[in-house]
Amino acid sequence: MIAIVDYSAGNLTSVGRALEYAGYNYIITSDPKKVMNARRIIFPGVGAAGAAMKNIKSLMLDKALSVAFEMKKPILGICLGSQIVMSESKENNQQCLGIIEGYAKSFSENAGLKIPHMGWNGINIERQHPIFSGLKKDAEFYFVHGFYPLPENRKHIFATTDYGIEFPSVVGSGSLIATQFHIEKSGEAGLKMLSNFCNWKPL
Amino acid sequence: MISKRIIPCLDVREGRVTKGIKFKNNIDIGDPVSLAQFYYKEGADELVFYDIAASYQKRGIIIDIVRETASQIFIPFSVGGGIKTIEDIRNVLLAGAEKVSVNSAAVTNPAIINKGAKAFGSQCIVLGMDAKRVDAGKNIPSGYEIVINGGRKYTGIDALEWAKKAEKLGAGEICLNSIDADGTKEGYEIKLTSLIASNVKIPVIASGGAGNPEHLCQAFTKGAADAALIASMTHYGTYTIKEIKEYLDSQGVKIRKI
Repeated sequence: MIAIVDYSAGNLTSVGRALEYAGYNYIITSDPKKVMNARRIIFPGVGAAGAAMKNIKSLMLDKALSVAFEMKKPILGICLGSQIVMSESKENNQQCLGIIEGYAKSFSENAGLKIPHMGWNGINIERQHPIFSGLKKDAEFYFVHGFYPLPENRKHIFATTDYGIEFPSVVGSGSLIATQFHIEKSGEAGLKMLSNFCNWKPL
Repeated sequence: MISKRIIPCLDVREGRVTKGIKFKNNIDIGDPVSLAQFYYKEGADELVFYDIAASYQKRGIIIDIVRETASQIFIPFSVGGGIKTIEDIRNVLLAGAEKVSVNSAAVTNPAIINKGAKAFGSQCIVLGMDAKRVDAGKNIPSGYEIVINGGRKYTGIDALEWAKKAEKLGAGEICLNSIDADGTKEGYEIKLTSLIASNVKIPVIASGGAGNPEHLCQAFTKGAADAALIASMTHYGTYTIKEIKEYLDSQGVKIRKI
């Protein structure tokens, strides 16, 4: 069973619908025990890091995620989920989960770019990973965000995306992989990546 | 780099997709869910459902259509028409839409933008605005006035000022419809599009008047739009999304290839 972690950060039904369409069973839960007992964990989220961390802590989901990570369970972070896994977010200077060292930072307002970065964009793969398997070279994904994760160590960056600057759009460590884009809203390429995650067996 | 988005707009009346010329003489196009699937497979980047009659007939919005669509297509789509309250927004989002578009209700009650953005995030609040060309004057310095209720009522509000205000209130995107160009197939109102798109930081969707791929190219280049709404040019099969994207690609406009 796949657990979609519910910490009141946005609408989780779209991730569930994509899983259902791809043929996978799931539960939506905020119970740390159910999260720890799941075979796989999806950790989505939209909104601000501060409010999200507050909910995560009060539900004791921070511990559950850390334990699951240590048990090498496959964890997929999506959007805000890819920022919360960092040590810190510059959004409200919020301390985060610290699964990956580094922080989430905002796009510069002075670059003449529209913020949030909203729409379809490609990825440049920096390190191969099973979730990229079978994707077309020019596949694009749907983004909506003003902040992005910036790992301290380059080995945690699996793909980058160009939006005036090259920013990390897929980060990961061990059994955790996290996409800044919404794979559940990224058409066939996103569904392919979601299936890849559901079949991924971390070493 | 980010792609320019092509967004088919499905005007829905009584559960069916229609397309009117300047909001009149609506003719039947088909079933909204099948059309949504068709456009998803064809490479549409996003979709809009617009409940055209909801605003004045006070009909409930098309939650069943949204729910059914959300289980079949996996690109963002928004719902507009008749959205008046936070509860309306919540219902549409829970049914599976990515965004909601507020139009007339935001003019009479601008706080809905702010409240909606606080409750669900700016990314899902689209300000839909219908602008009509008028003589520029003290009250309407830009020469474009906001009209509501499907183009039936003038508001005395300047389009540019309204766009800036909505951005401040927390709208995540603006869908800018020209009442003058709507349904003409003679091209988007480029002057209006460029005026709004270059004066706000949030993305702007050009709407009204698309008749051929060159029109989209103009909206993206001269008009500085981030996305473009289309309806009749693909609803009637005159063009496919693929043909439009091939043309834009040949003109150097960045698009998502399928």
